[in-house]
Amino acid sequence: MILVYVDHENGEIDPLSLQAITFARSLGDDRIEAIVVGTGAANCVPTLTQYGAAQIHVAEHPRLTDYAPVAAARAVIEAMALNKPKLVLGAGSARGNEVMAHVAAITDQPLATDCFTIAIGSPVQVTRARWGGNLIEHANLHADVALATVMQHIVQPEPASTPGPGSITNFTITLTDADLLVRVIERIGDVGGGTSIADAKVIVSGGRGVGSAVGFAPLVELAAQLGGVVGCSRAVTSEGWRPHDDQVGQTGTKVAPDLYLACGISGATQHIAGCKNSKTIVAINTDPEAPIMSHADYAIIGDLHQVVPAIIAALRS
Amino acid sequence: MSSLPTKAKVVVIGAGIVGNSVAYHLARLGWRDLVQLDKGPLPNPGGSTGHASNFIYPTDHSKEMTQITLESMRQYKEMGVFTECGGIEVARTSERMQELARRMSSAKAWGIEDVEIISPERCKELVPFLDETVILGGFYTPSVGVVDSVRGGTIMRERAIELGALQSFANTEVLGIDVEEGRVKRVRTDRGDIEAEYVVIACGCWSPRIASMAGASIPLTPAVHQMKDLGPVPHFANSKGDIEFPIVRDMDTNMYERQHGSGIEVGSYAHRAILYSPDDIPSNAAATLSPTEFPFTQEDFDLQDEHALELMPEIIGDEKIGQKYAINGILSLTPDGMPIVGETPEVKGLWSCAAVWIKEGPGTGKSLAEMMIHGESEIDMNTSDIARFHEHQKATFHIKARTAEGFNKTYGIVHPNEQWESNRQVRLSPYYEQEKALGAVFYETVGWERPFWYESNAPLLAKYGDAVMPRTSEWESRWWSPIINAEHLEMRQTAGLVDLTAFVIFDVKGPSALNVVQQVAVRQMDVAVGKVVYTPVLSHNGGFKSDLTIMRLAHDCFRVVTGGAHGMADKKWFSDHCPADGTAQIEDLTSNFTTLGIWGPKAREILQSVTADDLSNEAFPFGNCRIIEIGPLRVLASRISYVGDLGWELYVPMEQGAKLWEQIWNAGQPHGLIPVGIGVYGTTGRLEKSYRAFGAELETEYNVIETGMQTPKVKAQDFVGKASHLSQREATPVAILCSLTVEDHTSSTGEKRYMLGREPIMTLDGAPIVDAKGRRSYVTSAGSAPSLGKHILMAYLTPEHSVVGNKLIVEYLGDHYPVTVAGVGAAPLFDPKNERILS
Amino acid sequence: MDVLVCIKRVPLVGGEILLTEDKMEIDDRRLGFGLSPHEECAVEAGVRLIEEFGGTVTVMTVGKAAAEEQLRDQLAIGPDRAILVETTSEFDPQGTAGALVEAIRSDGTNFDLIILGAESADTAGYQTGIRIAHALGRPVITNVKGIKVENGSIRCERQVGSDREVYEVPLPAVITVKDGVNIPRYPSVPGRIKARKKPVDKVIPTPPVARLEKTGLSVPPTKSTGAKILGHGPEAAIALVALLREIGIAK
Repeated sequence: MILVYVDHENGEIDPLSLQAITFARSLGDDRIEAIVVGTGAANCVPTLTQYGAAQIHVAEHPRLTDYAPVAAARAVIEAMALNKPKLVLGAGSARGNEVMAHVAAITDQPLATDCFTIAIGSPVQVTRARWGGNLIEHANLHADVALATVMQHIVQPEPASTPGPGSITNFTITLTDADLLVRVIERIGDVGGGTSIADAKVIVSGGRGVGSAVGFAPLVELAAQLGGVVGCSRAVTSEGWRPHDDQVGQTGTKVAPDLYLACGISGATQHIAGCKNSKTIVAINTDPEAPIMSHADYAIIGDLHQVVPAIIAALRS
Repeated sequence: MSSLPTKAKVVVIGAGIVGNSVAYHLARLGWRDLVQLDKGPLPNPGGSTGHASNFIYPTDHSKEMTQITLESMRQYKEMGVFTECGGIEVARTSERMQELARRMSSAKAWGIEDVEIISPERCKELVPFLDETVILGGFYTPSVGVVDSVRGGTIMRERAIELGALQSFANTEVLGIDVEEGRVKRVRTDRGDIEAEYVVIACGCWSPRIASMAGASIPLTPAVHQMKDLGPVPHFANSKGDIEFPIVRDMDTNMYERQHGSGIEVGSYAHRAILYSPDDIPSNAAATLSPTEFPFTQEDFDLQDEHALELMPEIIGDEKIGQKYAINGILSLTPDGMPIVGETPEVKGLWSCAAVWIKEGPGTGKSLAEMMIHGESEIDMNTSDIARFHEHQKATFHIKARTAEGFNKTYGIVHPNEQWESNRQVRLSPYYEQEKALGAVFYETVGWERPFWYESNAPLLAKYGDAVMPRTSEWESRWWSPIINAEHLEMRQTAGLVDLTAFVIFDVKGPSALNVVQQVAVRQMDVAVGKVVYTPVLSHNGGFKSDLTIMRLAHDCFRVVTGGAHGMADKKWFSDHCPADGTAQIEDLTSNFTTLGIWGPKAREILQSVTADDLSNEAFPFGNCRIIEIGPLRVLASRISYVGDLGWELYVPMEQGAKLWEQIWNAGQPHGLIPVGIGVYGTTGRLEKSYRAFGAELETEYNVIETGMQTPKVKAQDFVGKASHLSQREATPVAILCSLTVEDHTSSTGEKRYMLGREPIMTLDGAPIVDAKGRRSYVTSAGSAPSLGKHILMAYLTPEHSVVGNKLIVEYLGDHYPVTVAGVGAAPLFDPKNERILS
Repeated sequence: MDVLVCIKRVPLVGGEILLTEDKMEIDDRRLGFGLSPHEECAVEAGVRLIEEFGGTVTVMTVGKAAAEEQLRDQLAIGPDRAILVETTSEFDPQGTAGALVEAIRSDGTNFDLIILGAESADTAGYQTGIRIAHALGRPVITNVKGIKVENGSIRCERQVGSDREVYEVPLPAVITVKDGVNIPRYPSVPGRIKARKKPVDKVIPTPPVARLEKTGLSVPPTKSTGAKILGHGPEAAIALVALLREIGIAK
């Protein structure tokens, strides 16, 4: 049995967790169970059933009103104790990695994060991302229970061909004060402004080639035209031309939009790590041999300051 | 992207400042069908050009380097990529102040007038963030500037493309160079092959790797130059351009500091020499920055941080100014510090333009294009000639040893006679042990250890007293001994034995040999077997390509003897003139023969005592050579002289050298024979006789008439440079080589000082002397003339100044000294009728 | 307050990553070394706290002897001392956390705050900070993009999409920070000169048994064909718009 920790916000499941459960189905174990924790967890059941979960563990606690990573880990550990999975999977998201790391720390087990493949055997063999996915580590996991997370965007979330039975186990987690110490106490909305790059279908992204903060104006306009958002490379945030939240890359956000339009971005590996899973990458660059060209699907060779306004005009007509 | 052509006239490999410059100048001079390749992207393919500090100081002690730099500055200005900001070389020591005075002399000698020595306070005025209390003064050059070398290169490349002459291909890696029958045939790349008549390697630090694909050698090494960029600097907050303050060279710490926009760039040549091989340089794809921007190694810069802090505490000491960027930048270094330019001796049609820095790029590219198209360049490039290298100098060991030693001298005070310490004793003459036993002080020439003087002659100092012209100042006593002058005086009385093993010797042989030597030599070579001819060798424009001696040993065999330093280039020049049909061939005998010279009034007596052959003036006159028997040896004796006394050069196979020494030495003892060093042979002996030396007086910039070496008649046969030579004979020369004597050696501080060469000669009112071709008068050679009791200078003067008795001044280390023209033209000051040689 | 910042020396890889012959390591012979941007921010965060509240900053790393270079680099921007937990081979995440905990305990300083990067640039296990926190019995906030220390507590912001989540825990605590939490300063020359005199203590950890045992490395293939060129200059806009319509991005 494979147990998947599913992250959600008031019953709305995180897409990366759906990727994880989709991935879990590909591992050759015919039984997938899911665990959801906290307020609204029960609302996740129908979707998880569609995604093939045989059993859904709904863990709640009266004091657990918002995300609290240690509490979530406690829930996973309780479910593990009862159900003896061979493998516990989380999403390779900030929360997925965090909760699974707590599980690993508390149970003193190794954890393989950001996995591309997992072969359940003895030992469990994984391949996992190093350098944001620019390098693959092959590793053996010597564990009582294998703990792992799934690299973002390596699979598309897809419901199972036959839905799972979706049996529900409700339980109340045993929690101490310490387990609830770290929890979201407040939320500040919309700091970055509008849709986040993590969710956007279209990202118009700019690099050093944009040249200035002002230089981003046409990119903003084009993004608006395409119903997307603006992203940027690390060089841009270091220069202070765009807010840090817009940064795509290994230390920024890893994105997977339908269209990633890379304007004046040379394509350092650290940036590619953040955008390589986009469905379509189009590069606009003066240098036909820039590294971005070997990652892009399409390219326009030219100066973005001329090309982007031309695209805006062409879209209008 | 368009596909590579399959054929081209010239393939230029490299798209840095050098490759672009070569391509442009070839196009400008009319060549078409040029292809440029670079494995990196454009406009910055990732070589040294991309990270260069890009500033240019015009002055160098080397005239060639200065001329190339001035020409490059002219081109950068014409392209609009030069920003003049001025530069100050500051001194922290009094020794450095003297060196700055010497640099100022060099500047004036090479025509850079607008320079001055300034006080610490004036330095502070110009560079307000400098601490004037740590310096003693500065050498200010207002014409120093910064260039945009990537932009300049792009302009040159685009101009060549606009002329319809050039196709340029980036991201195209050269995989091989095919050579057929000694000539370059084809360049193989990852995008196809190109057949080419000429291939130019302008690949900077990658050049050795590319050359080796063709079996040729470009002896340079990639080396690290460290620099860091600090900022933002409040002093520069309101600067509009990239640079507004003069660039400071902190000479004594081997560092520089320059404004770079809002930041300050601190560079160093002070750290340990960090040398690589071309294969250590990563590919463009695998490099973190550019392939030639290696990771900075802070531990090598720790001391430099402190030095920068001392000089510029306001900026460097500001904790808010951080290090934004720092690299170990890769540049190209050569074992002798000069670029590597010209056709490779190994492969016809394969040219090198490497180890050329930003300040030299456009000028060197122009010179190379001129050489390829016209056979010679306007600026004499002989010290950059790729053909200069002897075989051992191409060894990695030599390259690494000498570049490591030379690196920290980048801003060093390098004495004109300074000797290398590394990789010595590579070439030893058969007399080396005997010489060592006699206390020889060895100087090196192209690997050979040559006695410069012998400590065993020290007792002669007492004999000659003040006639040895003793020196008190440390600078002129460095790499010098009064024993040289004592040896000179003794040789003039008895005889001296001189080790001349460092000669380059080669035979021109075969049915066409006479044609070849006629073609190369100015003098008549169709002489009787057994004649020795000293002859100028000219370039097409009638300037000096070389001067050397040729012995006719048979109707079809000529033995060329020339100096070690320039011998390899001479050999290539002769080889270039051999016919393709193989009817004349060059055979290098340098390592086969050793040469001993014996000169002096007793030379005949000594030599006659060990040979049965008749050495009388009638039987063996001057300018002849023949085999004589000395004891068990058959010796090729040649009666010529470069020291102004009767005598012979004696040639025997290398392994018989020791025997020859023993025979002559023993025979000479009763006659007072002494060993004599190269100090006499190369300087004092020749200067008294007004003998010219290649690289000092003789260079392509000056012609035979100006040197006073013309003969009454010109031979009927054709020779290289004949047309020019004939027209130069018709015209009145605008400069004449003269010998001058120094009338008073007393400096402003009361010490006797002695010029060492390369100082500006001026009129009594301090004005420069410039001839009609714009050439300045400077000291080409300087040295003692002990027999005359004078210090002699040679210099080219304009005709109105070329009058015996004319009074002029020489500037030396900031002081002016009175000099008098003592000889005009080739007339020797000592033994003007050559009675000693001819009797 | 006393702050500990844990960092990791990593090669600064460029475009193409080259591996050693045995495919167990990156061929880093031609590479420079540095830190993840997260960790540069972590050191900056520590220094800023000390500038605000007084106290000490210690930087610590588990790594080879050469990692002293990174410790000295960081000392140049303000920390007081450094501890090198010297190893000869790469530890797995548990081993790394264990070695750090061992060194923290043996050092004896009761650090009010331990700061790490959200994940290392190379192995990116996302767990060292959490493991240290559990071992030391402290709360841990990860992926922090905003820090405020007040009245013995630390209040942290974390980015979720374009929103912020706020956490607050009492000190002593552990946090892991993300690039962008601040803009790290560059080291000054006086900073470097001072750094040379600051102490770097070395400790040898108990070698762990790897439970996440690396068996090899490989480089993922890139798209072999490269980008299809839609055109050159502004004229190519038409082709792009046609493409966007074809893939349903534009109407």
